[in-house]
Amino acid sequence: MTNKFEHIADYSADALKKSILDMLETVTDPEIPVLSIIDLGIVRDLVISPSPVNMHPTLEIVVTPTYTGCPAMDTIKMNIRLVLLQAGFKNISIKQALSPAWTTDWMSEKGKDKLRAYGIAPPQYKQAVCTPDIFQEEEAIQCPLCKSYHTATVSQFGSTACKALYRCLDCKEPFDYFKCH
Amino acid sequence: MNTKNSINYLLHLADNALILGHRNSEWCGHGPVLEQDIALSNISLDLIGQARNFYQYAAEMMGGNTTEDSLAYLRDVTEFKNNLLVELPNGDWAQTVLRQFFFSAYQYFLFQELMQSNDRQVADIAEKSLKEVTYHLRWSSEWVIRLGDGTEESNKRMLAATDYLWNYTGELFEAAAYELQAAGNGITINQAGIKQQWEVKVKAVLAQATIEMPKNEWMHAGGKQGQHTEHLGYILAEMQFLQRAYPNAIW
Repeated sequence: MTNKFEHIADYSADALKKSILDMLETVTDPEIPVLSIIDLGIVRDLVISPSPVNMHPTLEIVVTPTYTGCPAMDTIKMNIRLVLLQAGFKNISIKQALSPAWTTDWMSEKGKDKLRAYGIAPPQYKQAVCTPDIFQEEEAIQCPLCKSYHTATVSQFGSTACKALYRCLDCKEPFDYFKCH
Repeated sequence: MNTKNSINYLLHLADNALILGHRNSEWCGHGPVLEQDIALSNISLDLIGQARNFYQYAAEMMGGNTTEDSLAYLRDVTEFKNNLLVELPNGDWAQTVLRQFFFSAYQYFLFQELMQSNDRQVADIAEKSLKEVTYHLRWSSEWVIRLGDGTEESNKRMLAATDYLWNYTGELFEAAAYELQAAGNGITINQAGIKQQWEVKVKAVLAQATIEMPKNEWMHAGGKQGQHTEHLGYILAEMQFLQRAYPNAIW
């Protein structure tokens, strides 16, 4: 991929943007390596400004954190920079936007399928429990292993900030649920 | 525009999140069961994330060599502006979850106010944090009820925690001078409104926990102005040790 964009002027604006998005598709979440940052919906904007001085346009990538304290964000930003540097871009600026706040609604359908295949229950289509009401009726989360809906919450907080811990009452296996947010 | 007041207010918000996050992290590896140990560690992570966002913004306003790290690691006790509530020792599980409940309920209403702020950055941080605080509030409410309305022993402990912590809750709603003046910079807070909503929420949860809401009597204060209990010094001694002993150490 080195110096892929040496002849940057040969690319139309749309083609360039598509190529860059394809590259970002190769940057994955270090905690859930099956998901790309595009699947996760954390890349919010990509602005390509032509540079009058040299052939290297300025890239501004706006990302949003899934959770404010997510330690994966620093790694993700570093990997975005790395992949673009390897492709020959020199002027890269990665900005963070907090608003609108990230939501699991932004996760791609492709991403949800990948999660399920990886053994993590994907977020529900409709958010149900993002309120402070106590002892809410539990959502019926499908077990990613045996596909049963006969499951129970173990904890609203799991192995990473974005997941909750469930167990399947049929196949008895514990599993992670990428919780609605 | 007087940025000094805004900076002080941002530091207050950040210090609250950092110190409580640090306190909660002391439970990591010591929780009553693994799942709840993980839950509290997750909450710590969210709080430290909030602290980073507020510190980064404060550092940007302060300019010079100030960074989020210098604000967290190189200020001394009297420069910290957190509420006394968050620096108190963890005590037992009842005391830890009750403190989290008091604080999360406060943040839940505070951040809804701050989301309306004219300061875009503050509004954005509040909007993002509120989603996480919603989970904290739910989790801690359930624990307060579970213990208060649990066994004789758990009820006794939740009562003791209520007695101990209550007199530290008043300070949450006593605006410091910089807090009031930050309003002039677009960071507007309706303290009385937050207090009222907080009391309704707390009363409802305590009632379900079969615990009578204490009367509003004399309250401790001073944390927001840098007058702390003896506990904060010990937290900082541990948290800041590395940067003090080996300045600028990185790994």
